[in-house]
Amino acid sequence: MKLTPWMTTAALGLAGAAFAQDSNTLTIEGTTLITETNAPAHMEYVDTIYSGWRFRSQETQALEMDDFDNPAMIFVDQGIDLFEAVDGSAGKACASCHQDVEDFAGLRTQLPRVEDGQLVAMEDLVNECRTERMGAEPWKWSGGEMTAVTARIGLLSRGLPTSVAIDGDAAPFWERGKELYYTRVGQLDMACSNCHEDNYGVMIRADHLSQGQINGFPTYRLKNAKLNSIHGRFKGCMKNIRATPFAEGGDEFKALELYLASRGQGLSVETPSVRN
Amino acid sequence: MASGVKPRVKVPKTAAAGETITIKTLISHKMESGQRKDDDGNIIPRSIINRFTADFNGQNVIDVTLEPAISTNPFFEFEAVVPESGEFTFTWYDDDGDVYDTSKKITVS
Repeated sequence: MKLTPWMTTAALGLAGAAFAQDSNTLTIEGTTLITETNAPAHMEYVDTIYSGWRFRSQETQALEMDDFDNPAMIFVDQGIDLFEAVDGSAGKACASCHQDVEDFAGLRTQLPRVEDGQLVAMEDLVNECRTERMGAEPWKWSGGEMTAVTARIGLLSRGLPTSVAIDGDAAPFWERGKELYYTRVGQLDMACSNCHEDNYGVMIRADHLSQGQINGFPTYRLKNAKLNSIHGRFKGCMKNIRATPFAEGGDEFKALELYLASRGQGLSVETPSVRN
Repeated sequence: MASGVKPRVKVPKTAAAGETITIKTLISHKMESGQRKDDDGNIIPRSIINRFTADFNGQNVIDVTLEPAISTNPFFEFEAVVPESGEFTFTWYDDDGDVYDTSKKITVS
């Protein structure tokens, strides 16, 4: 790990040098991941985007750098088992159709995406298979089985750059997500942008604000010792600002997921990441 | 048998003579402490891993007693100087009588 002080915090002006993201390099099992890159053109107020990993303490960072130390890998193992497990009236497992799980390499980088006029997230794809092809009950959006399997599938894209489509069919969903991102809600009257765009790099009480990138989800959080879905994290943020959260798997969160993914274009997928 | 129990071990495949190697072990286990109650107020019975041992070529090198305060998925990391090529055997003992073991070979040059 390089530990030279990060010098270009002036981009924001608000972030003091002591609090900004560090300059460490994330290498996992010999692969170096992109944790910093130029912001995509559609971001007007940010020049450089950083993975949330760059805002964590060295101890937390180290957990993600070694797959044996990464506590999320226990859940990935569960995901491997669930992928093989037969469930539902059709007597099928995921693996019955998807014989080579490696086919899912790169999928995480493209989601959410528009299919038949609907914006779909990975959880939708999993539950569509479960209900329509396996004859099984859908899993809860942020339940243990769902996050284990989405982590398993997401891991196959680790190291690949995020690349979601935001034009064409996806444009209206993207616009919706952008509107949500900048809309103040809740008793504290805050928008996503107030913390994650205007004030990333500074401390909010004891927590170090990141840019709110979603390239590492589902993410293992030390605070609850389990995998957390993207929508589960949105919900947590909304509760913090004393707003009534939207529904997990609802149109609002999916649009926001697309918009946030587009704010991380070019960052490596880190699934499953470790955060606090 | 407790469900979802899976031992994992990381031992380098090779080491130089006299080199200190780091061994990491992890077992997925819920480590139910016996202190908690379920929704109806009944105590959830204790179910933990109560002992962990590591042997090298049949000789015991580490023996740990685990107590209920140890959290879920116990992780042990320790260092060893390996005198010769051989095999590490790691054993976990469950409260319910199950024994889980796994072994790893190491070549010393």
